[in-house]
Amino acid sequence: MTIWRRVACGVLLVVVVLSLAAGWLAPAGYAKQYREEAGAPPSRAHWLGTDEIGRDRFARLLYGTRISLLLAPAAALLSTLMAALIGGLAGYLGGIWERAAMAFTDLFLSLPWLFLLITVRAVMPLNVSPLFSVVVTFSMLGLLGWTAAARVLCTAAAGLRNSDFVRQARAAGTSEARLFWVHVLPNLKPVLYAQFWISIPAFILSEANLGILGLGVSEPLPSWGSLLKELEGLVSFGEEPWKFVPLVLLVVVVTSFQLIISKQEEVGA
Amino acid sequence: MIGFRGRRIAGELLRISVVAIISGFLLPAGMLSAQNGGELRFCLHSEPKTFDPLKVEDDASVTTRYLTGGVLVRMNRQTQALEPELAETWKVSKDGRQISFKLRGGLFFSDGTPFSAEDVAYTVQQLMDPALHSPTGDAFRSGPGKVETKVASPTQISITFPAPVAGLDRQFDQVAIMSARSPKKEMAVLGPFMVADYKPGATLLLKRNPNYWKTDAQGRKLPYLDSIHMDIQTNRDVELLRFKRGEIDLINSLDSESFDKLAATSPQLVHDAGPSLDTEQLWFNEVSRAPLPAYKKEWFRSAAFRRAISQAINRADLSRVVYRGHAQPAVGPISPANKFWFNANLKPAAYSPDAALKALQAEGFWMQDRKLKDKAGNDVVFSIITNAGSKARERMATMIQEDLDKIGIKVNVVTLDFPSLIERMTQTFDYEAILLGLTNVGLDPNEQMNVWLSSSENHQWNPQEKQPETPWEAEIDQLMRAQASSADPKKRKESFDRVQQIIVEQAPFIYLIIRNSLSAVGPDVHGANPVILPPQAFWNVEQLTVKQ
Repeated sequence: MTIWRRVACGVLLVVVVLSLAAGWLAPAGYAKQYREEAGAPPSRAHWLGTDEIGRDRFARLLYGTRISLLLAPAAALLSTLMAALIGGLAGYLGGIWERAAMAFTDLFLSLPWLFLLITVRAVMPLNVSPLFSVVVTFSMLGLLGWTAAARVLCTAAAGLRNSDFVRQARAAGTSEARLFWVHVLPNLKPVLYAQFWISIPAFILSEANLGILGLGVSEPLPSWGSLLKELEGLVSFGEEPWKFVPLVLLVVVVTSFQLIISKQEEVGA
Repeated sequence: MIGFRGRRIAGELLRISVVAIISGFLLPAGMLSAQNGGELRFCLHSEPKTFDPLKVEDDASVTTRYLTGGVLVRMNRQTQALEPELAETWKVSKDGRQISFKLRGGLFFSDGTPFSAEDVAYTVQQLMDPALHSPTGDAFRSGPGKVETKVASPTQISITFPAPVAGLDRQFDQVAIMSARSPKKEMAVLGPFMVADYKPGATLLLKRNPNYWKTDAQGRKLPYLDSIHMDIQTNRDVELLRFKRGEIDLINSLDSESFDKLAATSPQLVHDAGPSLDTEQLWFNEVSRAPLPAYKKEWFRSAAFRRAISQAINRADLSRVVYRGHAQPAVGPISPANKFWFNANLKPAAYSPDAALKALQAEGFWMQDRKLKDKAGNDVVFSIITNAGSKARERMATMIQEDLDKIGIKVNVVTLDFPSLIERMTQTFDYEAILLGLTNVGLDPNEQMNVWLSSSENHQWNPQEKQPETPWEAEIDQLMRAQASSADPKKRKESFDRVQQIIVEQAPFIYLIIRNSLSAVGPDVHGANPVILPPQAFWNVEQLTVKQ
C-alpha cells in the first residue's frame, strides 16, 4: 500500500508541477484562437490538437488542471472546516445542539444543490471576470459540500464527548471551549483529513459536471469541466482519441487521491 | 423436352425483360417501389400540442398540420410560388380586403364527408373567432370588425376582411380546411395523410388518406407512401444514432457538426440546401429603465458604438469555424433565401477592427494600455449572455470576445439556463448584450411585425415603447404599418426594403450569420429534394417512396 501511495503522490506531484509550468510549456496561452487550424488533430505545434475554435488543447489542459487542482482543495478545505465547526461542535455538545445541527444538516442535504447552483449563477452579477466566476463556483461547492462530512464528524465527536480523557479534563475544571479546541478537535484530525481528501475528487467531478452543463468556469478560462464538455456527442473512442486525454487525467488524479485517502483512512482507523 | 423447357425459360426471360424495359422507360425509379408505398420514419422533437389545425403553434403540430391538412393554396417550398390546391383559382381584390376562391368539386374528407364552400366558410369563421385565440388567425386580423364569408355555390366563396390584409392569398397556405359537418371535426382531413394512432410521448402514426384527391402524371393516386411513423424524440444525438442505424429515414435541421460527421462516412445522405431563414444575432440592452450604469446605457444607445462592434466582428470566421462553412455571414434581418423580400442592395459589414476603432475614437473613446475607455475614462467592458448548452452560440460568443479584445473591449461571456435568460431579457432587463437566434418560418414581413413595431413585446432591444424613442424606430413603425395595409406587392417591397436598410444602418440587432439548412435523408427514401423552408426534407411528401 505504501508503494501505491508513493506512486499516487508522485503522480499528483508531476501533474501539479506540469500545471504550474503551463506558462513555460504553452507560452501562447489557453485563450489564443488559431482559427485557421480549428479542430485540428495533434501535431508538433499542438500536441493535443486544437479545439473547435482553434485553441491549443494542451495549453488548455495545463491551465485547466491548475485551476481544478488549486481550487478543488481550497473548496475541500472550506467544506471540511465548516463540517468540523458544525458537525464536530454539535457532536461534542450533544443534546438539543446535536439534534438541531443534524436537522439543519438533513435540511441542507435535501436541497437540490444543482438547482441551487443554477439559481446562484443566474442571480450573480453578469460582469464578473472568469477568475471570479471560477472562485465563486468552487466556493459554492465548498459551502454546499460540508453536510456529509458534518454527519461523520458529529458521530465521531459524540463518541469523544464522554470518553475518559474528556471527563478527566472536565473534572479538572477545563472550560468547555478549551476542551473542544485542545482535547476533542485534535482527536478528530484523522477523520478531518479523510474527509478533506474525499472531498477533493468529489469537487473536481462536481465542477466537471457543472462545466458540462455550461454552468462552471466562464470562457475563455479552461477547467476540466469545460474540457470534458468536448466529449459530448463523441460516439466512439476511435473517433478522436486525443479528446479523451482530460478524462484520462481526471481518472488518474482522482484515483491518486483515492489511494491517498485509503491510506489516511487506515491512519484514522 | 430440354428444348421446350429452354424455350419456356427464354420466353419468360423475354417477358420479364419487356416489362422491365417498359417500367424503366415509363416509370421513374422511385415509382417502381411506389407500388407498395412504404413507411417513412422520422423524429418529432417535441410533443404535438394539438391536432386542431387552427390552434397550431408549436413545430410538431405545424408538421402534423402540413402532412394532414388540406389547404386552398400551397406555397411551393422549392420555388416559393403559390400553387392551387383545393382552390382551382383565386382572386384578391385591389384593396386587399377580399379574396374569392373557385374550389375543386367532388372532393371528400378522409371520413367520406363531401367538401364544399360551406367548409371553407366554417373554417374561416372558426379561424377568426376571438374566443378560439387562433395563432394562424392572428395573421388575418388587420383591423376591427367582422369577417364576412359569402358562399355563391358549393364551389365558389368570397371572404371579405374589415381591413386590407397584406399578402392575403399567401396566408391561406397555413389554413387547413376543416369539415363543417363531420362528427370527427379536426380528425377529418383533406391532406395526404390522416392521424391513425397517437401514443403521447412516444409515437404518432399517420396513414394514407384514402380520399385524397391528387394523382400523379400517370393518374396514380397520391401519396405513394402508406404511412408515416414519427417518434417523439427530444435528444438530437439519439436521433442521429438512430438514423445511422437505419431506424429512421430522415433528419431535418441537422447541426453542422453532425452534418460533417455524417458526411465523412456517407456523403450521399446529407444535404446542404444553402442559407435558411434562420439568423443568429447580438443585441445590446437599450431599455431606458434597465438597471445599468448611465454611461453603459449611453454606449448601447449609440448607433456609432453598435456599428463599430458590428464592424469588429469577423463574421466570415464565425461561419467558417463555428458552422464549419455551413452558414453565411449575415447582411441584415432577411436571409437571401427569402427571394422576394431580401433587399439585395444591402452590403455586408466589412470586417475591419481598425475602422471600428477609428469610428469609436471619433465618438470620444480612447485607448490606454490596450484597453478602450469612454470619454469619462470608464473601461469598455460588457457581458454577452447566451443560453447554456448551445455549443454554437457559446463558441460564437467566445470568438466575439477575442475579436473585440483586439480593439481593447473586454467581454465577459455568460451562459445562463434558458428561463433565467428569458427572465432577464423580458422581465428585469438586467443584461448588457444577448446572443441568440431567430427562427423564421414565414417569408412575409407581416410575420415579423411583433419584432419591428416599437410597441411590441418582442422588440427585444427596447420592448413595449409607449412612443417610438428614436426617429428611426418611428420610421420603421410607419413603414411596417404601411406595408401591412397595402395590397400592392411592389409598394410593400419598397417599404420593407427601407426597413431593412434602417436596421442595417442603426444596428439594433447585429446580425451575425445565417445558418444553412442541413438535413439527412436515408438511402431507402426516393424522391427527396430537401429545401430551406420547413418541412425541409419532406416538403414533397406526396412524391416520396420508401424502399421496404
